[in-house]
Formats: sequence, structure tokens, C-alpha cells
Amino acid sequence: MSTSERMPDAARGVVAGDRRALARLISAVEDRDPSAVPSLRALYARTGRARVIGFTGPLGVGKSSLINALLKPLRERGLKVGVVAVDPSSPFSGGSVLGDRIRIERTPGDEGVFVRSMASRGHTGGVAAATREVCRLFDAFGMDVVLVETVGSGQVDVEIRDVASTSVVILVPHLGDEVQSLKAGLFEIADVFCVNKSDLPGADVAAKDLGELVGLSGAAEGWRPAVVTASTANGDGLEPLWSAIEAHEAYLDAHHLRAAGERARLGREIVGMVSERVGRELREALDRDPDLGHLLDEVVARRLDPHSAADRLYRERPR
Amino acid sequence: MAKATRPSAPIRVLIAKPGLDGHDRGAKIIARALRDSGMEVIYAGLRQTPETIVESAIEEDVDLIGLSCLSGAHMALFPRVLRLLKQRKVGDVPVFAGGIIPDEDAKALRKIGIKAVFGPGSSLKEIVTTAQRLARAGA
Repeated sequence: MSTSERMPDAARGVVAGDRRALARLISAVEDRDPSAVPSLRALYARTGRARVIGFTGPLGVGKSSLINALLKPLRERGLKVGVVAVDPSSPFSGGSVLGDRIRIERTPGDEGVFVRSMASRGHTGGVAAATREVCRLFDAFGMDVVLVETVGSGQVDVEIRDVASTSVVILVPHLGDEVQSLKAGLFEIADVFCVNKSDLPGADVAAKDLGELVGLSGAAEGWRPAVVTASTANGDGLEPLWSAIEAHEAYLDAHHLRAAGERARLGREIVGMVSERVGRELREALDRDPDLGHLLDEVVARRLDPHSAADRLYRERPR
Repeated sequence: MAKATRPSAPIRVLIAKPGLDGHDRGAKIIARALRDSGMEVIYAGLRQTPETIVESAIEEDVDLIGLSCLSGAHMALFPRVLRLLKQRKVGDVPVFAGGIIPDEDAKALRKIGIKAVFGPGSSLKEIVTTAQRLARAGA
């Protein structure tokens, strides 16, 4: 049914391998340009094949350098690779410096790699609002693997799990004692732990602590996160890192978990789309509708509490 | 081009230094100033080949390219970037430049299509305003 006559030009360009068409459609998606939606609809049926792998961890642990180091072995396997690298936007100017590209060395003329930098544009959680959609565009473009680099993450930046089927949490030696790794958040989403900069002293201790953390899980079954050490300075550990990622991907297939994971991620994404739309409509209604505006005055005057106001706003929202 | 249809979207600009030139302080100052004006600056950094710069410009869908060169090789490198942009059918992306560039070279560069050339002592305000104007207008 998705015959190419019916496809919008932008989508047709992506399917045909036009790099500029892909780049422009990514911009339109990032800019929330409604004209991108017909292309996204037309391309959706062509997605679902690429494996999306997330790389997260605090700033400076070497996420971009690890991705760069993986490009060569992945290309040698004949895999086409898309890279999405997210960096923060300024809360003041809205601007950003996207500097991940500087670490990525490219083979001239190799069309099997496409690197795109994204600013977070106010979205928290480690990725940008449009990151998932951009991964799908890479998928439709024919990339076999999409490597997603989050912003330098803190303990609560776990949204990469809504984007990737395998999340690699990257750490370095001396980030803290083993109690840090017991804390909730970032450490819980790892399918693979990678202690990078293993050429530095302390990497073995960090890896041992993580290994013990993984062993503390009471579960007798289920995926047990792999712990690997790597160094982009001397090239150690890169093959084991990729093998650990592949092992997790194979585990998802072997235990029929891939579809369930995708279903949960899509559910969150679709609910997110609706929430955004409803939220925008409610904000507009509050600004426009004098009756609803009056509701706010009541709350400001302490004659109505915010919970009751929220109930009424939800009940009386414009439809 | 893209910005004509989406004026509220941030301007995306690529800042790169072609060739063998280790002096990136100027490029970093410009990157920072453009960031503070609300642009998304893709900082490609040092020792880029013209081919990589053009590929980056395509992949990042930039509205503008800023080239910096302090090594004296600008007359070899900048025209090469412009030629490759045309060859790859992205000749519509405006290019501006900065560095140690003698007046007569700046004139020649403007003649072949570099939209603006900034030397030492240029005001950041002027550079930012020019960059905004170029990005909104396209080539």
C-alpha cells in the first residue's frame, strides 16, 4: 500500500538513499514541523529492522570516543551505521555547542555511516524529544545499527531505555565507591556496563564492584548485565564490548523479549505524544478561555485548591 | 533554506577549521558567541579536510558554514570547500570565513562566493549579526 507514488518527496528521498533528504527530514522532525508528519507516516512501515544501541554515562567518560572506536569494526562486518549524538541546549539562550562530531573520524566517501548531532532543546532525561523519531528515520534509510549517544547523564537520566533495545552505561575508574552503584536510576538501566579508560589505574576495582553489584540481584533468571572494560586509548576491550551488546540483543530474541520491549517503548511514546497534545491544548485554553482563566484566579486567591482546579480543568477541557 | 519555512527553529551552523592549523581559539570564541545568540553550533574542530566539512554540512543540515584558517592556506582550502559544496549540490548553504586573511585575498574570496570574511579585531556582535542574516537569507 505504501507505493512510492503516494509517498511524500521527502520520504521518497530517504528511501532512495538521498543523504540530504534524510538530513532535512531530521531537521523538520526536530523542529516539530507538521509537514514532516506525512513522511513519518509513510516511512513507519519500513522501520523495525535496525538495532538501536544506547550509550550513556556521565560527561567525559568517553561515549563519543567509544562510538568512534566501534565504527571501524562495525563497518568491517558490513553493517551500515547511523549515529545520533545528543548534547545539551542552553537554558538561557536556547543555543548549544554540539561537539561530539569532533571525536568521530570518518573514512572519506564511506556512505555506510551517517552522523547527526542533536541538541536536547529543553528535553530532560538524556535524549531529545525527537531522538526516537530520528532513529526510525535512520532505520528507514537502511542503517543496520543506530548508535545513540545521550547527553552526559546524571543519575536520573534514564530515557535512553525508551529509545534503545540495549543500553550501555559507560563509567570510568574512581567515580565513587560501590555504594554508588547500589543507587537507583542510571545503574538500573544498564544491559551492559563498560568501564572505559581501562588504561588508567583503578579500572579493575571499578569493574569488580560492578560485577558484585550485578551479582547482588536475587533473580535466578533474566539477563544479567555484562561488565566489560575498554580503552579507546589503546583499543583494548572493543571487541568484547560489541560482543556483550550482541549477546544482549541475541538474548532479547531468544527469550521473545524484543517485541514486548518494543511494545512497552511504543506505548510510552504514544502516550507521550497524546500528553503533549493535551497539555498544549490545556495551556492554550487557560490563556484563551476567560472561564478557565477565572479558575486560576480562584486558586491564586486561595478560594480553590490546585487539585480541585486540575479536576475541573480536566473535566471542562475543550474537545 | 529550511529556516525560511521554520523561522522559529534554531539556526544550525557548522564551525570548522580546514587543513593543518592548530590555532582554534578564534573558532572556539566564535562557536561560543553563536551559541549564546541561540544557534546550534556543530563544532567540527581542527584539521578537517574539505571533503569532511562538506559531508558534515550535509549530514547536519546546517543553514550556514563558518571556516577558520590561520595557517595561510585559505586560498587553497576555502575555494575547494565551495567547489565541493556545489558538486554535492549544497551550494545554497552560505559560507563565511575568519582568520589571518590579507585584504586582497578577502576580496578574491568574496568574489568566488564566501559571503563575509572577518579578520583579527572584528567585533563579535558584528559576526553574530552577519551570521544570523546569512543563515536566514540563504545563499
